[in-house]
Amino acid sequence: MEADKPIQQEEKSSAVEETRHNMLTVSVSPHIKSRESVEKIMWSVVACLVPPLILSVFVFGLQTLIITLISVASCVAAEAVSQKLLKRPVTIRDGSAVITGLLMAYVIPPGVPYWIPILGAVMAIYVAKHLLGGIGFNIFNPALIGRAFLMATFPVAMTSAWLPPLRDAAIFTYMGQGVDAVSTATPLYVLKHYGVQALMEQFGSMSTIYRDFFMGLRPGCIGETSAFLLLLGGIFLIYKRYITWHIPVSVIVSVAFFTWIFGGDTLFTGNPLLAVLSGGVMLGAFFMATDYVTSPTQMTAKLIFGAGIGALTVLIRIKGGYPEGVCYAILLMNPLVPALEGWFKPKRFAPPKGALK
Amino acid sequence: MTTDILTFPKGGAHPAESKELAQDQAIEPMPTPDSLEILLSQHFGAPADPLVKKKDVVVEGDLIGEVTQGLGANIHASVSGTVKALGMSAHPVLLKVPSITIETDPEAEARVFSPSDWTGLSKEDLLARIRQAGIVGIGGAGFPTHVKLSPPPEAEVDILIINGAECEPYLTTDHRVMLEQPDAIIEGARIILTILGINNCHIGIEINKPDAIEALSQAAARASSNGFHIQVNPLQVKYPQGSEKQLIEGITGRQVPGFGLPFDVGVIVQNVGTTKAIYDAVVLEKPLYEKVVTISGRGIARTANLLVKIGTKVSDIAQYLGGTTPDLGKVIMGGPMMGFAVPDLNIPVTKTTSGILFLTEDEIDTHPHGQCIRCGWCLEACPMGLSPNEIGVYVEAGRADETSQFGVFECFECGCCAYTCPAKRPLVQFIRLAKMKAKK
Repeated sequence: MEADKPIQQEEKSSAVEETRHNMLTVSVSPHIKSRESVEKIMWSVVACLVPPLILSVFVFGLQTLIITLISVASCVAAEAVSQKLLKRPVTIRDGSAVITGLLMAYVIPPGVPYWIPILGAVMAIYVAKHLLGGIGFNIFNPALIGRAFLMATFPVAMTSAWLPPLRDAAIFTYMGQGVDAVSTATPLYVLKHYGVQALMEQFGSMSTIYRDFFMGLRPGCIGETSAFLLLLGGIFLIYKRYITWHIPVSVIVSVAFFTWIFGGDTLFTGNPLLAVLSGGVMLGAFFMATDYVTSPTQMTAKLIFGAGIGALTVLIRIKGGYPEGVCYAILLMNPLVPALEGWFKPKRFAPPKGALK
Repeated sequence: MTTDILTFPKGGAHPAESKELAQDQAIEPMPTPDSLEILLSQHFGAPADPLVKKKDVVVEGDLIGEVTQGLGANIHASVSGTVKALGMSAHPVLLKVPSITIETDPEAEARVFSPSDWTGLSKEDLLARIRQAGIVGIGGAGFPTHVKLSPPPEAEVDILIINGAECEPYLTTDHRVMLEQPDAIIEGARIILTILGINNCHIGIEINKPDAIEALSQAAARASSNGFHIQVNPLQVKYPQGSEKQLIEGITGRQVPGFGLPFDVGVIVQNVGTTKAIYDAVVLEKPLYEKVVTISGRGIARTANLLVKIGTKVSDIAQYLGGTTPDLGKVIMGGPMMGFAVPDLNIPVTKTTSGILFLTEDEIDTHPHGQCIRCGWCLEACPMGLSPNEIGVYVEAGRADETSQFGVFECFECGCCAYTCPAKRPLVQFIRLAKMKAKK
């Protein structure tokens, strides 16, 4: 459209002084722009997601890396093909498809067959992202749509293909501990179906559980493993001002709060720390719920959005059919974003009378 | 003086200041070029009518253009010489406007103006001198100053703010004037206070100009007698600190309502350059026909703060300063945030030209823009609390006429949104399109 192109009268082709003056760029102000760019933001997020992947290779073996690479490659390929098909500019360099690939790999069991993430990528990128208008217009978080689709279509693979932590992994030796009882069931599954006692029988005392969960030594998805590394990455993004603290903090506080109230056998006896450290809370709070496109822009709306995710997560964990609810909690809150944007608008500077209705 | 460092509360951006390129260059009078083109439209309002014919001989300071009806300001000859043509010339914003071309008489002596005592003059006499001298707001849109200094009787103005923020990157014009002529500015402020019949004046200066803050504080201390209370307010370095509404809020806490004017909240704002011009008009009875212009950027051989005759062409300035560099990419009249890019150098300096920037390909933004990723940074940056992201999306979707709900008409195009946007979206351009199509 007309607004797209600065009126550009040929550029720097000639060295002749007189004629070159007729080749200046003419465009609307501002003529300088900040050094930030979509690419810089996206690749920073990618960088923050790499440490948990490296840890997962130490904990579970190379399989996690292979699944992640397949997921990323298929998301990037799906982005390129989608954009070609829909005759849009191909923007795979901006890193956003890489993030989708990483996030999807982080929320599926690492032992699934290789074609599963490929299918998920098509669903995430082509259907959930590009058919809805491409980056900026998709309602739902693409990676989570990919996961939800796989979960609904291949429930068995998606809930059982967990890998046990490697007994002889160097990291266990380094940390001076052995994993006594290894199960391929995830802690949340055990907790949901067998209770805290069973969890402790399987994973050790509460303090061991806290430590292992925090450091990432437990069965689960890549993104469910190390709360610590995810927290580090999230704090880096906040430090860089790429995300604000509002959504992560409200998600975490809300999960802790509602678990404390409703998560125990009686009211106010739940274990908030365990709830926050387990499952996908950290990944969801810092990396999924903060997706620009599918989250609100205003601070109050962000707090409500995050609190809603936390509440729904706890509801699904306690009452739902799945042991983990972060994914669906985010997907349920995503469509509320337009409404939240409508309710919480920026505070206008002394608007003219009658301008606000 | 206060030690609080004031600022406006909402929005803003921190573009690289780039002031080091020119801030240490003392004001340097540029030799008069062989000919110059004086535009008859250098102010807010209708173009002036020419008072001279081809081949007329004019003397520096002669009245050559006059506005008889409606808003406008007088135009004076910047040099002594012969009228060569009455025609049309390029204008940085209006594209083509009527102009008077004068061929300089190389033999003519520069006119000398000597100060006289103004303290006995009435308010009407002071305003008449300002009107006669063709003073307009030279820091911004060129609003005729004698009109601005005559607020309606129902307005209860109690504060004068002298705007020395100079928040636009690269520009150092106001900085140099404050540093080199602080007493003239303070005297100008006293004249304005006398006209308004008030005694309270704040001078707002960003703290990246500590020497100017010092110079004006001292000048104010020397002159603060006769009941005038003139104080310097250091301001945070944050763009757009010098925007009228933001400056007023930062210094007084008052918010000028949408579509309102500063006098609605009891404030009159004058730029330091305009204040200096008021001094010239009243004390020296010298018309506004020359001004200090920052010439900067990495695309010119030498940067400078030049005192140029109005009507001097950009090409003459470039030549005087040693020419442009081969990687010159853009020439801007004004600052990089709100200035206008010009297609060639055949364009004359006007009363409102605060700077001419010769920017290289490296200094300007040439990234193609992407889709809005809804990061919300523009919402944070907008000092008016508008939604540039929404306006952009609406304009792209062909629904520009529906954008008044987002306050497009309150936008003063400071450019913080587009500066901040990581997708490099031309948000100001979208907003201008929206303003053309939306209904108020």
